Amino acid sequence: MRNVRGDFPVLARTVNGHPLVYLDSAATAQKPIQVIEAIARFYREANANVHRGLYALSVEATELYENARKKIAALIGARPEEVIFTRGTTESLNLLAYSLGEARVREGDGILVTVMEHHANLIPWQELARRKGAALSAVRITPDGELDMDDFRRRLSARTAVVAVTHISNVLGTINPIPEISREAHRVGALVVVDAAQSIPHLPVDVRELGCDFLAFSGHKMLGPTGIGVLWGRRELLEEMPPFLTGGEMIREVWIDRATWNDLPYKFEAGTPPIAQAVGLGAAVEYLAGLGMEEVRRHEEELTGLLLEGLKAREYVEIYGPREPQKRGGVVAFNLRGIHPHDVATLLDQEGIAIRAGHHCAQPLHRLLGVPASCRASVYVYNTPEEIELFLAALDGVWEQLG
Amino acid sequence: MSPYEDLIIDHWRHPRNKGTLPDPDVDVTEANVPCGDVVRLQLKVRNGKVEDVRFDGRGCAISMASASLLTEMLKGKRLEELEKMRQEELLEALGGVIKPRLNCALLPFRTLRKALEALGETGSRVDPPSYR
Repeated sequence: MRNVRGDFPVLARTVNGHPLVYLDSAATAQKPIQVIEAIARFYREANANVHRGLYALSVEATELYENARKKIAALIGARPEEVIFTRGTTESLNLLAYSLGEARVREGDGILVTVMEHHANLIPWQELARRKGAALSAVRITPDGELDMDDFRRRLSARTAVVAVTHISNVLGTINPIPEISREAHRVGALVVVDAAQSIPHLPVDVRELGCDFLAFSGHKMLGPTGIGVLWGRRELLEEMPPFLTGGEMIREVWIDRATWNDLPYKFEAGTPPIAQAVGLGAAVEYLAGLGMEEVRRHEEELTGLLLEGLKAREYVEIYGPREPQKRGGVVAFNLRGIHPHDVATLLDQEGIAIRAGHHCAQPLHRLLGVPASCRASVYVYNTPEEIELFLAALDGVWEQLG
Repeated sequence: MSPYEDLIIDHWRHPRNKGTLPDPDVDVTEANVPCGDVVRLQLKVRNGKVEDVRFDGRGCAISMASASLLTEMLKGKRLEELEKMRQEELLEALGGVIKPRLNCALLPFRTLRKALEALGETGSRVDPPSYR
């Protein structure tokens, strides 16, 4: 892949006297100048509310907003009216748990999640199960950190209404077999919800190939701004579901005592949407498409390989998740023997290296791994093999000081 | 300033007053749930003075070093003095703590406040050591 570092202004800065080595893109990605400029240009040249103005500026703003939707639809192989803008993955999943829950989940039904879910794809289902009297159960993982597909089949039944699963674990990095999960779930009549927050930014994804029914992801992890995310859903299911948030824009006709709903996708977009953020996300999608998602994946697989090799070669490091880069995204969680991850992150920060340390919003998984927290390094399009070297050398420094 | 002054490393590697007392007058536990840090603090009080003190727990170098150092600051002090103790005194004694780690450094101080409250309410309180 071409060197893109020049497109990312923040990468030119120093932290604690060292050039910034940013290894926390799984939390949020840095932004290329193309995205920053698109947002600034929108506010400078085209700002107006969408879908209601009869004047040229509003028509322009609406076109920019809807073009962003089309770009996202093209990226994931979907139809634009099936692409709903939300505030992020968390809101997308909450929308689903409420609306789909209302339409499809009854007392005694089963909701299947996995032990590797981010809290955003666990708590909404927990709450739904509590409200409806449904039974929540979690698929186990193998010792290698992959989904235990036998356990999945055992837990799946004709009573299962929803299977909610992450495409790529934000801790283990595991890429889950969504097409297989979708096939098995559909066989028993269950719907499949995919948390794609860690996959859409990093590899080619086509919703038709995945075979799932819903897909949720965030703009800010894919080079776009914060405050915007996407929920994709199958048209007929979105039609069947009641609205989540109500108010302006999502209605067709309103009386004092009742209202009718707007068409898709607007039925699920109440209030003034994040317009500039959508435009910024559109620019991010264009940027990624320019690089080519196959290329993005190839680059990250190479860096993940270097990361895994380097960590495996250090006997003081314990790695979580699959050992082969082909089986995982660009996220590697690990611990240094006897050292708290916060101490590791603080010492690396002294060298300008940014990693995440904590439970990464996956407490049940950490309980299973038997650790209160872990360190996590994650890569993206702008990271280089040299940065992986710097990181590994700095890790040796941490071990020398605290090990 | 390194966030890991020699003092912190020393207290982390060689914790003072670590363990448990056979018959403490107060025995409380506080935790930083998100990072899994836990500090248990036990005090033996006689004539309004801390006669003996132990801490136990698990966590990062900063929280454990802070707990160890705090126990040294408590021994022999009058309870009224401890009531007046400010968190800044502990932070200064640690040689300064960087912002993102204040929570770690102050966990033992919060544990002390809990112990003093318990003593104030009932004169003694012994929590079961449930954190294990």
